[in-house]
Amino acid sequence: MTAPLLLLSGVTREHQQGDVVVHALRGVDLAVHAGELVAVMGPSGSGKSTLLHIAGGLDSPTTGQVFVEGRDLAQLSPAQLAAVRRRSVGYVFQDLNLLPSLSAVENVALPLELDGVRGGVARRTARAALDEVGVGALASRFPDEMSGGQQQRVAIARALVGPRRLLLADEPTGALDSSTGEEVLRVLRARCEAGAAGVLVTHEARHAAWADRVVFLRDGVVVDQSGPAAGVESLLAGGAV
Amino acid sequence: MDTEYAYSVSMPIRHGLLALLERGPRHGYQLRAEFDTATGATWPLNVGQVYSTLDRLERDGLVEQDGSPDPDGRIAYRITDAGRSEVRSWFGSPVSAKAAPRDELAIKLALAVTTPGVDVVSVVQTQRTATMTSLQELTRLKVRAGADAGDLAWSLVLDSLVFRAEAEIRWLDHCEARVARAAAQRPVSTDAPVSPAPTAARR
Repeated sequence: MTAPLLLLSGVTREHQQGDVVVHALRGVDLAVHAGELVAVMGPSGSGKSTLLHIAGGLDSPTTGQVFVEGRDLAQLSPAQLAAVRRRSVGYVFQDLNLLPSLSAVENVALPLELDGVRGGVARRTARAALDEVGVGALASRFPDEMSGGQQQRVAIARALVGPRRLLLADEPTGALDSSTGEEVLRVLRARCEAGAAGVLVTHEARHAAWADRVVFLRDGVVVDQSGPAAGVESLLAGGAV
Repeated sequence: MDTEYAYSVSMPIRHGLLALLERGPRHGYQLRAEFDTATGATWPLNVGQVYSTLDRLERDGLVEQDGSPDPDGRIAYRITDAGRSEVRSWFGSPVSAKAAPRDELAIKLALAVTTPGVDVVSVVQTQRTATMTSLQELTRLKVRAGADAGDLAWSLVLDSLVFRAEAEIRWLDHCEARVARAAAQRPVSTDAPVSPAPTAARR
């Protein structure tokens, strides 16, 4: 098996709240390969969002390691870490994903342009990314001219534009009705099957069921998972449990 | 039809009575009353069902008679080691959506909450993982149905199963939250558990 696109190894995260230490994550192992969509479920406060922030380099673990495309995030300089976030990782949130003053294609081209890709190339690449999620015809629309489901498709296109292959989604269907949410998941799933690696945080079982694997998080610990075995044990010395 | 009925009713009764006997020896009338209390009388038993089930449990070596009949002629039964391990394995295994009605799950949860030494959270999680696995299978079938354009009817049937599985998971989440809240409110239990199951970790 090839190396995972995302690997969390023995990750813990503690927050200090006054005199109390809050253990948001307590020894989480997680491997996500290209082509795989993994859902993370758990009650509020179980550490789902912390896990996602740490996976994308927005937060760092107290102990343990995070590898994105084989690179240990702790070993990177701030500039290198910023480059990983620009080139390797894309986020999709529940809402407010898109800049309202930019058209769909401009929103998707933005991370490429920030990364130094020239305007024409960036727009062509963005256009192709919009085609891949089925909203190529809406390229020149502004966010307020699109439905919620269309906006989320654009957000998925932006998260995976250019070289980006790791998509981190935090309740991406939270603001959508049931059948629109399902369409967004269908797109998410298709992008993963086309070679991306996805982590989907959700509290909706019906949406988590689109994943290859569902990881159950409780009080910062992975208590169980459904779907094919993760193979994390074979990737980590000593293994989990 | 008959076999299905026999299965769906007798299996949970069998395991339900065994779970009640973990609390200590009981005779049939007590078992019937406690079963009704534990399950909110949603599934009333008659005492004949209880005694015939006890007979079969005794035949299978899962319970044995406890001493001689009391002055009223009633015989108490106690659970055997084999019976205890049968109860553990029942609580440890998910209810199959195909083989049994969901009522068995409701009864299992009701008894798990009231049987000493049972880790309710892990009973819930075992079921949640199993239900999620079938939800994932249904979703895969849906993806395939979506590819064969026009198969709307099949897709809607799948949706009904999807929503049912989702409802079950939401109910499990609810049970877990209720159990956690109850555990936080209740002072440490003074009931000495009858079963030999480990209880040290319960606080």
